[in-house]
Amino acid sequence: MRYAETGFNLEIDLTRRSIERVATDPIDTELYLGGLGTNAKILWDRVPPEVEAFSPDNLLIFATGLLCGTPAPGCNRTIVSTISPQTELMAFSMMGGFWAPELKYAGYDKVILRGKSPELVYLWINNDKVEIRDASHLQGKGAIETEELIRQELNEPKAQVASIGLAGENRVYFASIEQGRSSASRGGIGAVMGDKGVKAIAVRGTKDVNVARPAEFMELCNEVLKYIKVREEKPIPGVMPILAGLGSPQEMKLHDEKWHTESFMWGNSRTRRKEFWNEEIEKNWRETLESARIRLISCYNCPLKCAATISVSGFPTYMMKCFSKLTYTMAAYSDLDFGLKIAQRATEYGVDAFSTPQVMAFALELYETGILTDKDFPGMPSDNEGRFFWLLDRIVRREGIGDVLANGTYWAAQQIGNGAEEYAHNNIKKLEQLPLKLSMLNPIYFLMYATGEKINITQIEGQFPQAPFPTIEEREEFAKDWVQVPDEKFKQYLLDWEPRGEKSMPFYPTVEMCCDIVDWQERMHYIDDALGMCSGLSSFPLKPPYHIHNYPKFISSGVGIDMDEAKLSQAAKRYRTLVRAVNIRRGMRREDEKPPENHWKKRFPELEKDLLDKYYKFKGWNDEGIPTKDSLHELELDYVNEDFQQRRILTDIDNDPSKETYAKNQENKVEDGNHEG
Amino acid sequence: MKGEKKNKTIKTIRIDVDKCVGCMACEVICSAFHATPKYSSNNPARSRIRVIRDPIADIYVPVYAGEYAVAECAGRDKYTIDGKEYDECAFCRASCSSRDVFKEPDSGLPLKCDMCESDPPQEKPLCVQWCLNEALIYEEREEEIEEEEEKQDELEIGLESLANKYGLLKIMNIVARMSLSKKGQV
Repeated sequence: MRYAETGFNLEIDLTRRSIERVATDPIDTELYLGGLGTNAKILWDRVPPEVEAFSPDNLLIFATGLLCGTPAPGCNRTIVSTISPQTELMAFSMMGGFWAPELKYAGYDKVILRGKSPELVYLWINNDKVEIRDASHLQGKGAIETEELIRQELNEPKAQVASIGLAGENRVYFASIEQGRSSASRGGIGAVMGDKGVKAIAVRGTKDVNVARPAEFMELCNEVLKYIKVREEKPIPGVMPILAGLGSPQEMKLHDEKWHTESFMWGNSRTRRKEFWNEEIEKNWRETLESARIRLISCYNCPLKCAATISVSGFPTYMMKCFSKLTYTMAAYSDLDFGLKIAQRATEYGVDAFSTPQVMAFALELYETGILTDKDFPGMPSDNEGRFFWLLDRIVRREGIGDVLANGTYWAAQQIGNGAEEYAHNNIKKLEQLPLKLSMLNPIYFLMYATGEKINITQIEGQFPQAPFPTIEEREEFAKDWVQVPDEKFKQYLLDWEPRGEKSMPFYPTVEMCCDIVDWQERMHYIDDALGMCSGLSSFPLKPPYHIHNYPKFISSGVGIDMDEAKLSQAAKRYRTLVRAVNIRRGMRREDEKPPENHWKKRFPELEKDLLDKYYKFKGWNDEGIPTKDSLHELELDYVNEDFQQRRILTDIDNDPSKETYAKNQENKVEDGNHEG
Repeated sequence: MKGEKKNKTIKTIRIDVDKCVGCMACEVICSAFHATPKYSSNNPARSRIRVIRDPIADIYVPVYAGEYAVAECAGRDKYTIDGKEYDECAFCRASCSSRDVFKEPDSGLPLKCDMCESDPPQEKPLCVQWCLNEALIYEEREEEIEEEEEKQDELEIGLESLANKYGLLKIMNIVARMSLSKKGQV
């Protein structure tokens, strides 16, 4: 018997309309856990680098996390993995909500889609009965609308539905997959779903999910709940409100938006408005949110209320979470009322709320500068808000200039030319980033931006405070009950970290410390993504209930495989390296690993080079960011090395990286010396 | 004894639908607690508490299972509360033939909330303990009631529902056949 997981994947070939229930190998669970880990293995094994996002040979995998469906609080994430049309790398966007546990109860760990359906279809998974059903009547329908229509059509109000809107159908490169109050938005996975001709996947399950050692597992769950209660009553002092508590940033609950509106950039990630927030705006925005917000809501089996049901007059009711609250508002230099309205439309269309507002602001910037002209915007309204609605409609329909913009700022700029590239200035690996432009280089963030393969800062940061506490008393207070650290040395890093002076950024934390900190932060995200845990209870907030010390116990007692901290860290490192291997095989190299040019004003090229050199080495990668033969061997990924050798990605010279790195280090020393001289 | 007045502790769960966030933790923990062996599995479809939910309509009503009802009732009414339309069934605790809640998914046997009194008895029902948003509040009160006949036990309720579904004769035949085959095994 398998515990926590079902041991079965659903393989659906949309071209041949075949459906198979396939048993999985328990060895893979030991090596790659589940969720993202086993997704990476499947993509490595079955999607060679020649396969493009919109090829029938691309796979679209909907995975549950290893612990989804068990009583572990907050473990509800669906991890969707595929090749992204936007980055042409592996995308592994995720969503909370209710879909993944339902799939477990239906008896499956993953749904793996391949091929393409010539007609629009939807899938209906009802325990052992799985059908490919006609969806021609759902063509053009909104994502949320589709979910409701399918539930009615199936007469199954309890079915959980993940669906795409018009954007996905039209293969907009930043189309999302929506699921009620959640969405898997980044990397254009909704476009891949649309390309496969799948409008939605509806699931209903009424089977048991087992755990291996029930009493032990329940005790851990109860401890987590108890800790959540305590932690919610005791917010972290001295940090901005959104970082004080648990959960994803409590955007639906909080009214104080001083930090976001004054620290993040407006427009096409251009303008910082340092004096923006005032009493009048606070009052207006509070009224807007309070009149629109019907209820704070949660995801499956989680006591936190990160989302809300929103109803703005004149627009259908929808559900929203987190930072989509402000992305449209700020891109358009508008107010919250506009933001809540256009987000409704955007949710039904199914688009990513990070990329979409920036794409539209980018288009309007090009219009202002004359790179795009009136003939590119026939019929566009003259008012600011109206323009954003108009552009959104064009993009999701791929009409006129919308067809170009639908490829995201990077590709659109290439197509438009004429200097447009300069305006696509906020991308990493071709993907739009949060609109942040700061002053002093933060070495920890430099590494996370450069090397994060989710290509999204919120999906790698967390655990370690974003900035030093001003006084030693505050630091000591913070470090006192910081049980989550994997090693006591992290407390010292924090205690010594000063806002100014010798031990301040960018040279403190030191390069070595930065490697440790980034590795810890990333590791926790990768563990969450394999287990299906919401990062809001784990890798993202400060002092979360789940951490490296209790996770092995959850896995041992839940899944029944022996697990300890070292083994878990090794597993996470293994599939993290496998994600990198997929991307390396697709051509990603060191030159792609850099934050936007203008992310910080004060840059330190030598330090940045040193950071990347040392971090690569720390991770077991060579100077190009390619995992070395030795590190692959140590991770039992020799098959990756073999493939790399065959493709000449690694050659025998690379097998001895020490020589090369040594030479480079010597070079650096000379350079440093020259500067000091 | 019948007809005599007696004090009895009534255990109830006060439900504040305004506080429900729709997470279904109550369903998770209920089905885990009532699994055999305890906590060995969970399956909201076996839960004795259900959240009747319709998120877009902002309807969240946790209901815990009451008595088994032999037949459907006449209740087909709609209630509009605060502009939201609820089916009468949304507030009904019965396991009945008109809907699929409060029935074991495989056998169809009715489920009933036991306030987590089964071994080991819990201080409060677990759904209440796991509802951190306090939509479920456990309450005890003393009530003077007339002594009733002994309550039907779970087995009897189950058998009765099966008899209602398939006919008593069929059930008796099956029981007879099962007992014969058991004897055959010995």
